[in-house]
Amino acid sequence: MKAGRRAFLRSVLAATAAAALSPGPVLAQRAAPRVVVVGGGFAGASCARAFRTADPRIAVTLVEPGATFTACPLSNSVIGGLRELSAQQFAYERIAAGGIALARAAATAVDAQARSVTLADGTRLPYDRLVLAPGIDIRWGALPGYDEAAAGLMPHAWRAGEQTLLLRRQLEAMPDGGLVVIAAPANPFRCPPGPYERASLIAHYLKTRKPRSKLLVLDAKDAFSKQRLFLSAWSELYPGLLEWVPLSKGGGVTSVEPATRTLVTDFGRHQAAVANVIPPQKAGRIAEAAGVADRSGWCPIDPVTFESRLQARIHVIGDAAIAGAMPKSAFAANAQAKTCAAAVARLLTGATPSPPKLINTCYSLVAPDYGISVAGVYQPANGQLAEVPGSGGVSPTEAPRATRALEAALAEGWFRTITAEVFG
Amino acid sequence: MRRLLAAAIGCVAIAAAVVASAEPPAGAAACSGCHAASAAVTTPVPPLAGRDRAEIVKAMQEFRSGARAATVMDRIARGFTDQEILAIAAWYAAQR
Repeated sequence: MKAGRRAFLRSVLAATAAAALSPGPVLAQRAAPRVVVVGGGFAGASCARAFRTADPRIAVTLVEPGATFTACPLSNSVIGGLRELSAQQFAYERIAAGGIALARAAATAVDAQARSVTLADGTRLPYDRLVLAPGIDIRWGALPGYDEAAAGLMPHAWRAGEQTLLLRRQLEAMPDGGLVVIAAPANPFRCPPGPYERASLIAHYLKTRKPRSKLLVLDAKDAFSKQRLFLSAWSELYPGLLEWVPLSKGGGVTSVEPATRTLVTDFGRHQAAVANVIPPQKAGRIAEAAGVADRSGWCPIDPVTFESRLQARIHVIGDAAIAGAMPKSAFAANAQAKTCAAAVARLLTGATPSPPKLINTCYSLVAPDYGISVAGVYQPANGQLAEVPGSGGVSPTEAPRATRALEAALAEGWFRTITAEVFG
Repeated sequence: MRRLLAAAIGCVAIAAAVVASAEPPAGAAACSGCHAASAAVTTPVPPLAGRDRAEIVKAMQEFRSGARAATVMDRIARGFTDQEILAIAAWYAAQR
């Protein structure tokens, strides 16, 4: 015991001496600090890996029940028949090989006082700092008639996987001349330009395969991301095929009737051959269980450390977080993950994290060879993540098709790059 | 004693410099969302690690002023000050 203690002290002293000379902050703690990351999506998987870079002495456990991750970005291309779902799927083997412990179970509870996470199999994981990256959950029932059973008839396809394939199969099975309806939700929701990229790629599918069909987008709002670019591209590429109905023109869906694929608005009823209901959302359910979600269903955070405003030592990143001006995107989740890991590594040594600067870039495909983008730079201001004045914006309204083709190629390049960084 | 103290301060300064260069400066970590860290990735976006510092600074300044044609980099460069660009460029130049 004594010898063991001496050996332990020696190793700590050696580690401390090495730390003084090697990159990375010096750990002031007795044993390796423990960080648990819940959620293996773009935010959580990025964060787990970023801890290995920020300070390899931190013991990191990634909690994720799924054996493979299915990425949402580019999944609209799967729905439109342009890409296979397998191109969206990534395994966790390489992450585990990098010295991260994988816990293959769902996190069911968090004890913020005792600092432990409980898994579905009963295991308790103690932590010094916890990072929650639970993504989104659907608010079942928030749109009357839309429950889990309804999603089997009117897929949301807003969490990629079987739902993505279901929507694609329904489109493939639909006879030419059918009415496709997309219901887009009010803000905030995952991937602000997503419903409109989806509308574009479904319109592309219909135009090339079922040209007598029609696509209606019923929207719960009057404005959306990259709106001018989408509207102008739609009138150029899909005239008479794709119609967007804003809230003020009767676009707000008030209920759905899954058995007949009917969407009800204040102005009328639309019976669809294929209905894609993108429902209201909230932070993934562990956020609520951990007490980090507020009444909005999302998680307020400190813009420097991503620490919860509601629970000490619990950080929230990605779609679940209220990240001010930053959109709920995979790029933003990855940037937040790296910022959060660096801040937490500093906090674990008693150091003060420095104010971060974050970037977001989101590409959308309006057609396979027609890409548009939005970009932004963000920094903490007045307790929020705010856009740096003068930065950011969308692709130019007037641009040659070569520019649109380049942005479509950049979209694919971005996907390969980020998935290689996170899972490769 | 004074010499010892000076040596100690020197060590601390060196350690601080090493730490400063190891931890990415504000904004740098987000670049790898598009600029691949691995050469194995096929993308039109050029890598940053190991690039000449002055070259990165010049590109960022030209993106920011509009002197260099861009897709998204003009919009991103406008979010960074000269000092931040220098720090990011120095950090990437030191990466392998």
